[in-house]
Amino acid sequence: MAKVLRVGPQASVQDLGRVGHRAIGVGTSGALDPFAGRVANLLVGNDEGAALIEIALGNFRLRLEDERLITWCGGGFEVEITERKVPAGHTCLVGAGEEIAIMNAKTGCRAWLAISGGIDVPRVLESRSTDLRAAFGGFNGRSLRGGDELALGELPVAGREWMVLLREARLSSWSAPRAWASTSMHHSVLRFIRGTDWKDFCDQTHQALAEEKFTATQEADRMGVRLDGPELKRKETSDLLSEAVTPGTLQVPPNGKPILLLGDCQTIGGYPKIAHVITVDLPIAAQLRPGDEVRFRETSIAQAHSLLLKRERDLERFRIGLGLKVA
Amino acid sequence: MEIVPLGDSALLLRLESDFEKDPARTLESILDATQRLKSAQIPGVIEFVPAYTTIAVFFDLVRMIDAGAPIDDVVGWLTTKIETVLRGVSKKKRSQAISRLVEIPVCYDSEFGFDFEEVARRANISSAEVIQLHTAAEYRVHCVGFTPGFGFLGGLDAKLATPRRATPRTEVPAGSVAIGGKQTGVYPIRSPGGWNVIGRTPLRMFDVEREPPTLLHAGDRVRFRSINRSEFDSLGK
Repeated sequence: MAKVLRVGPQASVQDLGRVGHRAIGVGTSGALDPFAGRVANLLVGNDEGAALIEIALGNFRLRLEDERLITWCGGGFEVEITERKVPAGHTCLVGAGEEIAIMNAKTGCRAWLAISGGIDVPRVLESRSTDLRAAFGGFNGRSLRGGDELALGELPVAGREWMVLLREARLSSWSAPRAWASTSMHHSVLRFIRGTDWKDFCDQTHQALAEEKFTATQEADRMGVRLDGPELKRKETSDLLSEAVTPGTLQVPPNGKPILLLGDCQTIGGYPKIAHVITVDLPIAAQLRPGDEVRFRETSIAQAHSLLLKRERDLERFRIGLGLKVA
Repeated sequence: MEIVPLGDSALLLRLESDFEKDPARTLESILDATQRLKSAQIPGVIEFVPAYTTIAVFFDLVRMIDAGAPIDDVVGWLTTKIETVLRGVSKKKRSQAISRLVEIPVCYDSEFGFDFEEVARRANISSAEVIQLHTAAEYRVHCVGFTPGFGFLGGLDAKLATPRRATPRTEVPAGSVAIGGKQTGVYPIRSPGGWNVIGRTPLRMFDVEREPPTLLHAGDRVRFRSINRSEFDSLGK
């Protein structure tokens, strides 16, 4: 069991998201950076789709009631376990009764905390993710609060072996690649491919998107981030019929200030879609916090796919490498 | 038909150019295409999101490559597969007659219908006529989305058409029956909303404990039935 002692702006139980129910309006939810979630789970010996805790902006404290492995990936947080610092992407053995503190992030916005065994909440519509808007899934369909007691799953085999290995050192000598574990940046560049409504915008707007700077506003949550910057004007202002949107979609409401959609976004939307941030850059998007600057750069879908495949192959190698730690 | 990438993990099929001209035919065409694509079981395809004139086809890149899609042209490969499926003649025509009919009881009392008066005033008709018109029509679910289980219903009597509120409510109670422009629908969960609320149903429109969780699916036929406050209470138990 893990007891939540304190929650800052927001924390919730998430896995890799809910797939297959978009046609009835159920979005994916899930870790806003599912790749960080997979990496974190592998580091504690879990299946990569185990449920973990997503923490926004820190000020989060949790006590483990039994001995477990933990790790975390995400923004520029300071994480401590009984005055020992835990760097991102390392595996740490935590004793029964010890407390994990995720302090305020210096950069970035979110962290994913994985615990060996995973958070054992019931699967709802095949996923343990919290759908915060519709209030189901995860822990009682809501954000975590101080005092919540989270059941943990059975210790995975790999995790049990690493626990023995880390008995003395407590902190692993091995770690995930830095680029996977620490994803926040001072000057984010998000690569995009042209949106389904790209042609509805004039050349000047295309140019503004690719060349100018945007700033994340206060209107930012798990659904999306509203950006401030040059006004993105459409050629016409006729109403569009709603059609599917997805995390990474950059939609433009009539005021010309784009909204970058994230994991909790709706399944359909009626705003024109000027661009879509590519999947491998969603980890950077998930770290945007109010005030952060962001730029966009066009790429091709073939390039987006090639980057995604390379990342999959790298993750596979990482998984094999981790397996060798116990052999 | 136009097929365009919706990000790097979905394609958007724009199958029809216009919805309003012939909603019934367009809806059938989209539902039929969705059904055929589902049956085709294209490897790596995860799910479909039909909406008015379009269908989004979501895919898993790795599974698609494993199934033989060329790494540098996954979009071309999937587009060809989709075109092949849709080019074939539909074996079974879906017909409106076989669509499910869902009856939704609604209490139109002012306690629930925050904007009932406004709808009646704009239409310049009596309260009784509003209820009569809203319950007389047979609607069809044109699209499901916005929130889980929210069905956008077409077929509203033109007299009842009411523009969305200038300022959306930050919270509309679950079960609220509302009118937004030329469409009507029911808010399945408590959510923000800009439609004009005219009543409330005691039915749970969306419930994850139920299989399927949503009462309404695209293509379903819908009728509203007026109930009084005590029926509302007993049905809601």
